[in-house]
Amino acid sequence: MTRKTLLSVENLTGGYQDKTILNDISFHVFDGEILVILGTSGCGKTTLLKHLIGLLNPFSGNIRLLGQNLPELTDIERSLLMRKIGVLFQNGALLNSISVADNVAIPYEQHTNLNSELIRNLVQVKLNLVGLPKAANLLPSQLSGGMRKRAALARAIALDPQILFADEPAAGLDPVTAAALDRLLLDLRKLLGMTLVVVTHELESIRRIADRILFLDQGTVLFVGSLEEARKCGIEAVHRFFNP
Amino acid sequence: MNATIHKLPERVTYQEISQLEKAFRSFFTNHPSELVIDFQDVHIMDSTGAVFIQTTAKRLRDEHISVRFVNLSETVVHTLKLFTPLQIAEQPPKSRDNLFARIGEKTYVWLNYFADALFLFANIFYWALIAFFKKKLRRRSEVINQGIQIGVNALPIVALIAFLIGFVLALQSAAQLRQFGANIYVADLVAVAMVSEMAPLITAILVAGRSGSAITAEIATMKVSEEIDALTVMGVDPLPYLIVPKLYALIIALPLLTVFANVIGIIGGAVIGVTYLDLAPLPFFNEVISALRYKEIFTGIFKSFTFALIILLTATYFGFKAKGGAEGVGKVTTGSVVASIFFVIVADSILGLIFYFGGPVF
Repeated sequence: MTRKTLLSVENLTGGYQDKTILNDISFHVFDGEILVILGTSGCGKTTLLKHLIGLLNPFSGNIRLLGQNLPELTDIERSLLMRKIGVLFQNGALLNSISVADNVAIPYEQHTNLNSELIRNLVQVKLNLVGLPKAANLLPSQLSGGMRKRAALARAIALDPQILFADEPAAGLDPVTAAALDRLLLDLRKLLGMTLVVVTHELESIRRIADRILFLDQGTVLFVGSLEEARKCGIEAVHRFFNP
Repeated sequence: MNATIHKLPERVTYQEISQLEKAFRSFFTNHPSELVIDFQDVHIMDSTGAVFIQTTAKRLRDEHISVRFVNLSETVVHTLKLFTPLQIAEQPPKSRDNLFARIGEKTYVWLNYFADALFLFANIFYWALIAFFKKKLRRRSEVINQGIQIGVNALPIVALIAFLIGFVLALQSAAQLRQFGANIYVADLVAVAMVSEMAPLITAILVAGRSGSAITAEIATMKVSEEIDALTVMGVDPLPYLIVPKLYALIIALPLLTVFANVIGIIGGAVIGVTYLDLAPLPFFNEVISALRYKEIFTGIFKSFTFALIILLTATYFGFKAKGGAEGVGKVTTGSVVASIFFVIVADSILGLIFYFGGPVF
């Protein structure tokens, strides 16, 4: 049985203004899987993620996200597409001036006509789902690092996205909190049938969550496949990454 | 007794909620004794749909309408279970203290602010005094750098505003003085008003808005990004390192800017005197010199020196009070500018009274 492809990247070359970071990148992400993008610092992981979520435009190549070619979309089409994806930023990117509940309510308030009572209920359901049932009235500055990421995750999954992108979810967290966050991502995949694209270089995290990995090195794809295949692939850089 | 059956559509997601709301509204008015919600056609249900159906069912039950769900697929059951609305705990109402308790609490808070401010000011003065004798603490290059930012870079805006103030002062008074043939006294009015009052005040307000806010924002950003803590753990006291150079720069730059504003403001007045009142430039400036006593000049310079201290201390106090993130920085910066301008105007009034009733010193 062929699996449905949610994200397809073909010959992507991109970077920042005049600086090329990514060279001829191609890969697919299938429905319901967790693909981990990894590589050493400065290899272009975050730049690739920024291209995948439409924050950067590629110099050439295609990014087919949920059946639409991202570089060719108008602003309105892109905005509509963005409602079907969720993004968990490295530091959460919660708006500090408003409460956690108001942060999670943003997608509902901006993209739906739901009444405030229903929004309040939905926000509480999502906060409960990420294990923060009592955080609704707190300000982001009153949360710990792990809690901020959970709250940001609640915001990212507000509109039940088909695909969730996460940038370094375990970065800056202690091993226990990082493991708990990984478990949460796995639960969300299982419960909501979500597809995940996770950027990380935390070995433990990769082992816990990855169905397949994509190894980047100096802006090019060195390897795509399962963790087992990566261990046996014989590529020096990949081998060194897993056996530092 | 017949039950009313409501068949849900194929999709029950956030996009269909307004249609569903309309459909369900009639049940609140018709008030059937039993409502059967049929899920047979439902293929896609998201969290919004699940929460909507369950909250609506609860509201109907509250109206004494019996609600049943039928033909639920396994997926729908799973979705409904996963997204069960929780009982949201109401915030307990804040207990209202009596008036005296609230006044006492406020007074205590304000006294604490006052004590903090006094402690900070005493520290700054102490370090400023020590730095005066200890060359290493002065950070001469930083004083020059700050002096350029606070003083030199402010010259164009100070010149423009001072010119316009002098110009408008002369214009407004010219019409009155002309009636009495006292055209020449425009020079006296502009000179005294600019030197003893307008130039120090306007320059201080401009510097409070321009440099005071910058100082607060800089210190607040350093505070929230733990740079101040980093200095402290390196054994570097942030007050002499960060604040004293700014204090020196400000108490040098602001009086100089005020003198500059005096000259430009008088030139602004002269433009009206020469063009509108037909005064010759030389008699105008001779009148300016004769009108100005040392007292006016001293008053202006003393005020600008005081204002410099007020701006620096207010900006520093608010900067160190910052907490949180970007929002905290914004809050203290706004507070700093408002407080600086307020204190400058209060100080101006007090000094004005002292110098007016104090009699001529010189």
